[in-house]
Amino acid sequence: MNSAAAIAVILVVWQILSSTGIVPDFLLPSPVDVARAFVNDFPLLMMHLKVTLLESVLGLVIGIATGFAMAVLMDYFEPFYKAFYPVVVITQTVPAIAVAPLLVLWLGYDMAPKVTLIVIVTFFPMTVGLLEGFRAADGDTMNLLKAMGADRIQIFRHVKLPGAMDRFFASLKISASYSVVGAVIAEWLGGYSGLGVYMTRVRKSYAFDKMFAVIFLISAISLLLMSAVEILQKRMMPWRTKD
Amino acid sequence: MQKLAAVQVTKSFEGKTVIKDISIELNEKEIVCLLGVSGVGKTTLFNVIAGLSVPDSGNVMLNGADITGKAGHISYMLQKDLLLPYRTIEENVALPLIIKGMKKGKAIKKALPYFKDFDLEGTEKKYPHQLSGGMRQRAALLRTYMFSEGAALLDEPFSALDTITKSMIHKWYLGVMEKINLSTIFITHDIDEAILLSDRIYLLTGRPGRITKEIVIREKKPRRDDFNLTESFLNYKKEIISHLGM
Repeated sequence: MNSAAAIAVILVVWQILSSTGIVPDFLLPSPVDVARAFVNDFPLLMMHLKVTLLESVLGLVIGIATGFAMAVLMDYFEPFYKAFYPVVVITQTVPAIAVAPLLVLWLGYDMAPKVTLIVIVTFFPMTVGLLEGFRAADGDTMNLLKAMGADRIQIFRHVKLPGAMDRFFASLKISASYSVVGAVIAEWLGGYSGLGVYMTRVRKSYAFDKMFAVIFLISAISLLLMSAVEILQKRMMPWRTKD
Repeated sequence: MQKLAAVQVTKSFEGKTVIKDISIELNEKEIVCLLGVSGVGKTTLFNVIAGLSVPDSGNVMLNGADITGKAGHISYMLQKDLLLPYRTIEENVALPLIIKGMKKGKAIKKALPYFKDFDLEGTEKKYPHQLSGGMRQRAALLRTYMFSEGAALLDEPFSALDTITKSMIHKWYLGVMEKINLSTIFITHDIDEAILLSDRIYLLTGRPGRITKEIVIREKKPRRDDFNLTESFLNYKKEIISHLGM
């Protein structure tokens, strides 16, 4: 509630700054102008949004799957962990914005480079989050299950995997927001459609009202994705919501 | 009739012998206690009996069969209840059966009738954090029972509970043991608890740890409420204290 009030105050101040002419229109369009641009361009925005959203979700799903597979392998085989963990860390020191043009050159102007970039930026938080979760499993509990005659797969299913859920969802929230940003960045560097493409076009024509409209749309989508993750988390972790 | 036995068990870690030539036995429906100061190798012996570690020499026998170094036969319970926080009580209790390959629904069905004996009615669908410490220990004990082939190890199961809860759970424990078919070895460093619950007490002393004395508690069961205030109780206590050199 308080944050809604804070946002309202910011919008009001912004509107006053614009309509009194303290900040000129061509530098900063007023919130009303932005809203008007949003409404006027709505069908076009939705068309681009569909593409971006598809890329994000696709990239995120593949990123989660990759992260999960990496984490399981690293947890299961110590040599694999020792060999690949540093490599995984190195992939993250390379800035996404530097890789994106290469991906476009290699994979063309369609969805492939966008999805690939999203996979690169999202699999890392998933791998690290899950791996830490697996490794934090309680030794006494695992011993107890061993005494019950459980094998490694059963221990994974009953102790490690459910125990890692907290970290899984924390990572998923990060990855979900990365996925939208990743898609937009990849679209900047080449493509036929998507919010990033739209953004590049309106920037080139100095249509700042449309620019702000698409920025707000992107934040809204990120927030929506994150709250979808939260809803999913509540459903998958029912023990958290009981007093 | 003999249920479980450790025969001449020796175990060392990094060249240091922790326990030496330990032989203990547990008869049908008996409660036997291992009493000793910390660091005497009680938990080492425990891991050997549970099949979690292999002894240097010696054997573990269950119902006459050799189970040395084999897990999956002897259930145990620790001071920490180790209930899985993300599973309901009925799922937790049924876990040993699920591990043995039973379908979840069937396993829960098999566990449910025992909820009454263990005073856990109404907790079936709850999660562990919604239960009190005493209730959680009872649920852990029921889980131990579900997985036992008639014998269980309890490693300081009640030491984390406060005094009042503890004395209540002692009474409850003796009561429930009358109803179910379980033989238990439990480890404690609480002398009163040992005398109160046990049929026999093994005293573990020295380095490496050995069984240096066996005391039979002759008070019949069910034990009267004021057993811990009687002369004979105090005599047992004196005997133990002088042997442990406290």
